[in-house]
Amino acid sequence: MSENVEEEPIRIGTFICHCGSNIGGLIDCEKLAEYASTLPNVAYSEHNLYTCSETGLAAIRKAVEEQNLNRVIVASCTPRTHEPLFRDCIQEAGLNPYLFNFVNIRDQCTWVHMKYPEEAYEKAKDLVRMGVAKAARLESLDKIIVNVNPSALVIGGGVSGMNTAISLGKQGFKTYLIEKEDELGGRLKNLYKLFPYDQEASLLLDELKSKIEKNQNLTVYTSSKVKFIEGFIGNYEVEIEQNDNIINLNVGAIIVAVGASLFNPFDLFRYDGKTRITQLELEELLKNNKLKANNIVMIQCVGARNEERVYCSSVCCMTALKNALIIKEKNPNAQLTILFRDLYTPGTIYEEYYRNAREQGILFIKYSPEQELLVEEDTVKVFNEYLGEEITIPYDLLVLSTPLVANDDNKSLAQLLKVPLEENKFFLEAHVKLRPIDFATDGVYLCGSAKWPVDITESITQGLAAASRASTILSHETIEVEGATSFLPEYNRNLCSGCEVCITVCPFKAISKNEADEIEIRQVLCKGCGVCGATCTNQAIVIRHFTDEQILSEIYAFGGK
Amino acid sequence: MEENSKNALVIGGGIAGIQAALDLADIGIKVHLVEKKPCIGGKMAQLDKTFPTLDCSICILAPKLSECYRHRNITLYTLSEVQKVNGSNGNFSVEILKHARYVKEEECTNCGDCARICPVRGVSNYFDADLMTQAAVYIPFPSAVPPVYLVDREMCVYLKYKICGLCYEACERKAMDFTQKDEIITLDNIGSIIVATGYNLIEDIDPLKKYGYKRYKNVVTALEFERLISASGPQEGHLKRLSDGKEPTKIAFLQCIGSRTDRGQKYCSSICCMYSTKEAMIAHEHNNELESYVFYIDMRAGGKGFQQFINRGKNEYNIKYIKSKIAEIKIDDEENPIIIYDEVNTSEIKQLKVDLVVLATCIIPPEGIDSLANVLGIELNEYNFIKTKPFYPMETSKEGIFTCGCVHEPMDIPRSVAEASSAAAKVAEIIKEG
Repeated sequence: MSENVEEEPIRIGTFICHCGSNIGGLIDCEKLAEYASTLPNVAYSEHNLYTCSETGLAAIRKAVEEQNLNRVIVASCTPRTHEPLFRDCIQEAGLNPYLFNFVNIRDQCTWVHMKYPEEAYEKAKDLVRMGVAKAARLESLDKIIVNVNPSALVIGGGVSGMNTAISLGKQGFKTYLIEKEDELGGRLKNLYKLFPYDQEASLLLDELKSKIEKNQNLTVYTSSKVKFIEGFIGNYEVEIEQNDNIINLNVGAIIVAVGASLFNPFDLFRYDGKTRITQLELEELLKNNKLKANNIVMIQCVGARNEERVYCSSVCCMTALKNALIIKEKNPNAQLTILFRDLYTPGTIYEEYYRNAREQGILFIKYSPEQELLVEEDTVKVFNEYLGEEITIPYDLLVLSTPLVANDDNKSLAQLLKVPLEENKFFLEAHVKLRPIDFATDGVYLCGSAKWPVDITESITQGLAAASRASTILSHETIEVEGATSFLPEYNRNLCSGCEVCITVCPFKAISKNEADEIEIRQVLCKGCGVCGATCTNQAIVIRHFTDEQILSEIYAFGGK
Repeated sequence: MEENSKNALVIGGGIAGIQAALDLADIGIKVHLVEKKPCIGGKMAQLDKTFPTLDCSICILAPKLSECYRHRNITLYTLSEVQKVNGSNGNFSVEILKHARYVKEEECTNCGDCARICPVRGVSNYFDADLMTQAAVYIPFPSAVPPVYLVDREMCVYLKYKICGLCYEACERKAMDFTQKDEIITLDNIGSIIVATGYNLIEDIDPLKKYGYKRYKNVVTALEFERLISASGPQEGHLKRLSDGKEPTKIAFLQCIGSRTDRGQKYCSSICCMYSTKEAMIAHEHNNELESYVFYIDMRAGGKGFQQFINRGKNEYNIKYIKSKIAEIKIDDEENPIIIYDEVNTSEIKQLKVDLVVLATCIIPPEGIDSLANVLGIELNEYNFIKTKPFYPMETSKEGIFTCGCVHEPMDIPRSVAEASSAAAKVAEIIKEG
């Protein structure tokens, strides 16, 4: 049926979604559905409370079958989250998935015009009319099938990356783990004991290392950096530099597990690395049993939750509690004071850990950023809000709890991988809630503190999660990728002047010149963004699913009313 | 692709169980997904919007529900409970008790004719936090998956007294089936199991009494508030007080209700600081004049973008954060709650009159956790959550049985989703090696 759809008379079905009250609360969806039914080529129209629900999808399938529809429009939320669902739905009903057209009347209409219901309704009518005009000109397209290389590259040999690699290896995938330092371990190497059970970090590290050594599917490259990445989901070519040697790898998926750096408080609270040190420097003293101090004051949120660095680094409160408890255990007479703003110990065990710290006699004093702490040679002056007065606390060691910050070289790695960073320069996932381990780019994943500061437990969780996400690709011999790509049709070849502007503008490096000096577009790399088509000076490039004819039909429909 | 000889079992169809099932199914492993309730979606389906990006919860969840329902590698068992587990890591066999729905799943078209004709009314709907009532034949919410009605066996007069039968006559597809019996389904060849049965919230009136819950109409729990403000909830997205239908202009959100206390649970529920801020923001979007007050002990905003979210609450949504301890709540003649609290910053006892109080009640282990743990042979911790170890976060005390989400520790959606994938990885290791 789908093959000769284009020759049949066009029969469009329109489904107007209320999206609960997101759309239905502002405009009359029933009236809009009636309006849609009056438009050219529309053979069927209905409205649903949630078109994306199983009920709504069943209604679409039923209408396609009973009304002999060959084009389907859903006017609702956003194609970003819902287009794949509706495409699958009409495919199940026997239509080519590209004969579906999404009309965005929520994100781009009722949400943005919340205060103007009448105008929003008029705009929704325009949008639906434009969508109908385009739908009549949609063409069937085929998805592209690509082979998958069942192997992975994990960038970063810290606790996250090691866990990803171990799991992928166990699942039978050849996995390359690369680490820029000369040994595996990342931040775990510098830590003394780990909360919440005060286990020695080295024990966990040794266990992970031995699992890696035993797994025949794993290859580790230390002192190595990624120099070059090209390719696409299932088929990446990677160049690694290890001590001036270049190693070439071919992998099907890439996992970013590069961790984070520790903020350096060099100009804060008279930091000197001797009597005023960071928590990490304190770990070093504890590890080597070199701590002499008896009066210890810790300050939380040093360089964090301020204007410059808005966020809470989430691991520092537990780190401070852990080190305070270790000191207290070694030296029960030690005086320990923690100056905090909001103590971050969420959940069961961490909260219990905090209670225990209080019971052990560690003193907690809340300070607020409005009442600045004054650090002097051997005292800290803090305004105690409970007492309503300033108090002076003597110290012989001041420990600053500083946040994790994004690595300096995140930017260059992001460019190599063509993935985005967020405002604090951590890597940005595809969706904060439902795709926390995926990048928007297919076949590339992220985990651990490269994404956001997390503790060891969550680093392990996310490391394993990345292994699962990558496995959803690597477990298949082939996968399907987007078919709505740009191309240079034979009949347009003579229009191409060879100016190469398209090569320069393509953000996915999908366009190049072949041996015959002709423009070639690699379909599988193309995401269909349309930049090449829009910049092509001679309009030689055609964007499938967004052809000039389709777009002009929408413009005419908009003007035509 | 080679067929895997073993299947996986996922217990619990909330967002954690759904994500675990989808990952495994996409890896190519056949999954049995077992849910006690009539539909999947769990608590996330009941929420209005989600922090920190304020996406509409059901809008982002619905595609996942459909995917679970249609995935060729997933078999869904609703109204079902795991009753017996035999075997060990790599080869379990499981008995499921599937309760009768009294509606044929393959025939029901979700048209609602049965519910319209049903003479029984006033059956409370768990999905709407019991704020709405319905007929004895119902669907928890319009976009529920599976999109199939069910009969409340306690309330249906036909099942109890063999009278009525109107729905049977009304259903054109003849989908009603009162001969259905609870059935036992045996699943063999289960390589590994994931437990993702989520959480409950304290409903015990006792710890909530001092806050006036159930005594004062204008004191509601946060989950009730989600339903009250939700477009698909009992007030169709128009926030009104339960006492007089007045639109609130001053709302107080009280944190740590029943948690972080010796008189309730000692632990922190992890998500309340964030969702209370979110609820205040949504309420503000409904009414730009709204003032909100969040009464808290420690602001816990460690997740990605969370502190920025709190800052936005302060700067753009008229939310005031008061570090404090609540002494008690009274009401005036118009049933306006009056909060009496000890403000930490000033050490003063103060009062604040508001229109509505929202309680961030403590997360507790789900109902039936003891018997499920017993059936599975896994240990619980001192708080009755499933016991896990920090550096083996998905592993229960029994080999081959993993867990994810709130059933082992209170957590937010992003972490539940990450944990679900993580548990899926552990299961995939076993089944693919096997």
